[in-house]
Amino acid sequence: MQFMLLFSRQGKLRLQKWYVPLSDKEKKKITRELVQTVLARKPKMCSFLEWRDLKIVYKRYASLYFCCAIEDQDNELITLEIIHRYVELLDKYFGSVCELDIIFNFEKAYFILDEFLLGGEAQETSKKNVLKAIEQADLLQESEDEYLSVKIFK
Amino acid sequence: MALKIVKGSIDRMFDKNLQDLVRGIRNHKEDEAKYISTCIDEIKQELKQDNIAVKANAVCKLTYVRSLTFSCNTLFCCTRIGYLAASQCFHESTDVIMLTTNQIRKDLSSPNQYDTGVALTGLSCFVTPDLARDLANDIMTLMSHTKPYIRKKAVLIMYKVFLKYPESLRPAFPRLKEKLEDPDPGVQSAAVNVICELARRNPKNYLSLAPLFFKLMTSSTNNWVLIKIIKLFGALTPLEPRLGKKLIEPLTNLIHSSDSELIVPLSCIAVLISLSSGMPNHSASHVVCVIVKYLGLLAMSKILKTHPKSVQSHKDLILQCLDDKDESIRLRALDLLYGMVSKKNLMEIVKKLMLHVDKAEGTTYRDELLTKIIDICSQSNYQYITNFEWYISILVELTRLEGTRHGHLIASQMLDVAIRVKAIRAFAVAQMATLLDNAHLLTGNTQRNGICEVLYAAAWICGEFSEHLENPLQTLEAMLRPKVATLPGHIQAVYVQNAAKLFATVLRSQEGNTDSTTAQETSQLMIDRLPLFVQSANLEVQERASCILQLVKYIQKLQQKDVEVAEEVSALFAGELNPVAPKAQKKVPVPEGLDLDAWINEPPSESESEDEKPKAIFTKEEPKHSRPRHTEVDEKELARRREARKQEQANNPFYIKASPSSQKVYQETPGVEHIPVVQIDLSVPLKVPGLPMSDQYVKLEEERRQKERAEKKKKEKKKRKEKRSGRGKKHDSGPESEEDITPAHMVDIVTEEMPEVGRSGMNFTEKSSKHKKKKQKKEKEEKEKKKKKKHHHHHHHSDGGGEESVQNGTVEEEEPLPVSLCACVCDIQGNLQDGSQVVVSVIFENKCNSFLKSMEFNVLDSLNSKLQRPEGAGPHDGLTVPFQLPPGVSNEARFVFTVQSIVMPQKLKGTLTFIVKNEDSSTHEKLDFKLHFTCTSYLITTPCYSDAFAKLLESGDLKGSSVRLEGVNMPFHHLLARICFHHHFSVVERIDSCASMYSRSIQGHHVCLLVKTADQTVSIDAKCDEPSLLGNVLDEIKQTFSQC
Repeated sequence: MQFMLLFSRQGKLRLQKWYVPLSDKEKKKITRELVQTVLARKPKMCSFLEWRDLKIVYKRYASLYFCCAIEDQDNELITLEIIHRYVELLDKYFGSVCELDIIFNFEKAYFILDEFLLGGEAQETSKKNVLKAIEQADLLQESEDEYLSVKIFK
Repeated sequence: MALKIVKGSIDRMFDKNLQDLVRGIRNHKEDEAKYISTCIDEIKQELKQDNIAVKANAVCKLTYVRSLTFSCNTLFCCTRIGYLAASQCFHESTDVIMLTTNQIRKDLSSPNQYDTGVALTGLSCFVTPDLARDLANDIMTLMSHTKPYIRKKAVLIMYKVFLKYPESLRPAFPRLKEKLEDPDPGVQSAAVNVICELARRNPKNYLSLAPLFFKLMTSSTNNWVLIKIIKLFGALTPLEPRLGKKLIEPLTNLIHSSDSELIVPLSCIAVLISLSSGMPNHSASHVVCVIVKYLGLLAMSKILKTHPKSVQSHKDLILQCLDDKDESIRLRALDLLYGMVSKKNLMEIVKKLMLHVDKAEGTTYRDELLTKIIDICSQSNYQYITNFEWYISILVELTRLEGTRHGHLIASQMLDVAIRVKAIRAFAVAQMATLLDNAHLLTGNTQRNGICEVLYAAAWICGEFSEHLENPLQTLEAMLRPKVATLPGHIQAVYVQNAAKLFATVLRSQEGNTDSTTAQETSQLMIDRLPLFVQSANLEVQERASCILQLVKYIQKLQQKDVEVAEEVSALFAGELNPVAPKAQKKVPVPEGLDLDAWINEPPSESESEDEKPKAIFTKEEPKHSRPRHTEVDEKELARRREARKQEQANNPFYIKASPSSQKVYQETPGVEHIPVVQIDLSVPLKVPGLPMSDQYVKLEEERRQKERAEKKKKEKKKRKEKRSGRGKKHDSGPESEEDITPAHMVDIVTEEMPEVGRSGMNFTEKSSKHKKKKQKKEKEEKEKKKKKKHHHHHHHSDGGGEESVQNGTVEEEEPLPVSLCACVCDIQGNLQDGSQVVVSVIFENKCNSFLKSMEFNVLDSLNSKLQRPEGAGPHDGLTVPFQLPPGVSNEARFVFTVQSIVMPQKLKGTLTFIVKNEDSSTHEKLDFKLHFTCTSYLITTPCYSDAFAKLLESGDLKGSSVRLEGVNMPFHHLLARICFHHHFSVVERIDSCASMYSRSIQGHHVCLLVKTADQTVSIDAKCDEPSLLGNVLDEIKQTFSQC
């Protein structure tokens, strides 16, 4: 996978993850172009489109579009499956996830994505394992936060 | 208090930027922690601001703070956030990355697995070649971490590291392989993932893992892993056909067993398709298209290549897909249609497409449809069209499309068909006349009238074939309407010219008619209307119009005197115009006295002195080396390109035709007995579209006869469904007889239809060896061959061993092998055109009884010399030797090396891997060798005139050195010959027992020798602008003589 973008129906970018190094300018250009193309497609059209030399796989969940770019030889369906798995993970973690969750806890969304995908490849297929890792990490962070705030107020 | 706030915000206006922060931290050595925490507070404040620039600056600073190695920061929350920020902001050119190496290393070795985890995750997003190099070892250690959580991440990130720093692959691979059998499924799937992705780039190296994966595939229950494994097999099967057979059963099992999951069967099918050539198509693949249209269509286009029939039965389904709203699907379906037309269904398909053209919304898609229709119809020389009247009417219908950009395409099709299919002309002319009549419909919208190009074709056809017109006068009138002046210039020009042709036709038809009013009226019409064109802004229109206007005026005068003019006017346009086939040049007879095989210039001396001179030197006393050198830039450039092309072709296993590759050279010479004919083994099936060649001949012959008959009975023409005529006719209204030309037509069509690589390409052109160019090439090849032959003999007689070093380079086999493949370097030669290239020719000889294939030549690059690999190949990839060796056969391959410095000799180590194939088994074998680049091999025999030589010595730029050889008891001329032959020198001048010699390196160093002999002692005084090169060359010369 080359990159993953999450954007709303209004075209606002909510999350972006790039697995190939690109300059900011390039990223912006790609994002703008893709958001436009994907939003222009009708709901009954298929989830794949060919763009430049990549394949774009996207899926819409409520008001959010999840959009992945994969290479020519990659499997489109497995990418759809990855998107779906990611949504499931978000759903489990936030408890019936909505766009606002991702806006306010964007870092969590990133953490979950990072636990699930690494360098554009699926690293953990078990939902349970991903969530466990996230919870543990969160726990660690919280305990530290407490420790910090105690220290600061002293 | 309020004051304080205001003050604070003013302070913020002078916010620290990154530089200030770094400087600040440096200045607060003692209370660093405190300073930083205040900074972080500031950053927090800044982040709350609305100003984006301030925010960005804050993030920048935060990231830097994160990347610093200070003691207080071992907190996970910071690490987590820091890496997230880094992974989002860093890219390869971010210079902070260089500072982060140590921090990342520290985090990687942190006792907390989550620290390590986030570090790995972050790293995966911004790993650079430098980071990869520095951290590869750390990550490798992590691959055997006790926690599977870390192992998994480490394994996955290794793929990124391999991509950035390929050198790490070799040492890491064994461990990666180990991980395939890791107890933790996550780690296992990560390893499968990585190996699968690696194998996709270079499948050959991973064939050995196939059994392991086979086991995994049959035992694994994880779909994600399965998919990856199947994908991997997809990459492997083309390389190992037996694997395919083995796979069929488990794959079909998987298709049936996997329940709701669609992906697994789909990927199974993809693999099955790739290996299904020659096997009955599996019925399961039909299920696909119903379920996921897009993927189905994609898969079908793959099936189409191997099983056109099974796809054709789904024609209706595919046609339905054209109705789909989604453009992705429609375009896919169109692609499919292109491949599945046949004579039978062409009309039906095109009819459907025409319907869609009418319905289609949006001009881009409609244009796409239009080009597709034309593509489909015109593919392979109108192979599928059985009725050209139908095709013309389709074209005419297409002209009704509004606002298409492809008018010129339609026009060119009309012209092509009308010219090439004689039988159709009458019909075409009638259609075109109607078009001209209704021209106002086409030109109605001048804004986007790409379609008016069609009028160009229409006017030309009506003019050129005006004898078929029923009512030429009416068409003439239509062509001279004032409205025509609004058309683009080039179309008007054609109008004017063809109006003249029509005029001639009208005159002729009125000839003999006692009443000459019609003829005179026509002249008057011309005279009335043409002035409009004379005033045209377009120069060509103007020119033609005024020319023709004068002509008509003159004719009118004659008419008034009742002179018969029609004959003469028609003579103006007598004869048929014909398109010239791209290959028509071949058919032009060579004028007498012109010998195309003769050299226009003397051949470049370089090759000559190599080929023939040495022999001459051995026998004759006084070799004359002075030969004019070709310094023309063009010549050089050409030679360089030729060389490059040769190289490319030699490396391209699919290139057969007309390649000066060694296979062919051997095939053509009966003289080289000990080199058997190499069978060209085409592992890739070459698909020649269209009919088999013999059929083509029969068919063409048949058609030609039919056509001749048809021409005799012109009236029956229309009824006949007769199609194709040859192209490129020289039908000069008389003297040349049909018989002379017709065979040539066939040649032309056939060669045209066969793709460059087709099997017929070679055989066929060989037979019709009229091609002069070819001969020239052959001659050159023959020369090269001689050279090779000589070397080859040499090798055989010397039987390896010590003698080999006499040659410019050697391959030393390090291990004797049971299977003996003998590789012998026959020549290492500098490339004159490119000072940094050396071409190594290697002769491979198969001395065992098995078939050798998949040879791969690889050399461990040194700093100085590198094997040139095709673009995109990693620095460790081997080069595939572009042939296979049946037992007892030898063949030659060339490899290009780039060298930087040529002043030192060097040795390169390399390996040749190959597969030995017996009847029942095949084994991988390896042969290690050393390539020895001597300094001599960088020298190129370059003739030099004595005056130039003297000037060179006088210039004083050269540094001297000398060497003495004792006990050489060979005649002086033998000695010179030896130096010339082995060390690429040429004799400049020789006086008694004293000779001056010259050579030049590929990088332009001059090397001059003065060789004197007296009483078995030879003294060589040498000068060169590069002392170390000279020293090495002299050493090599010394060695040459010490061996005799």
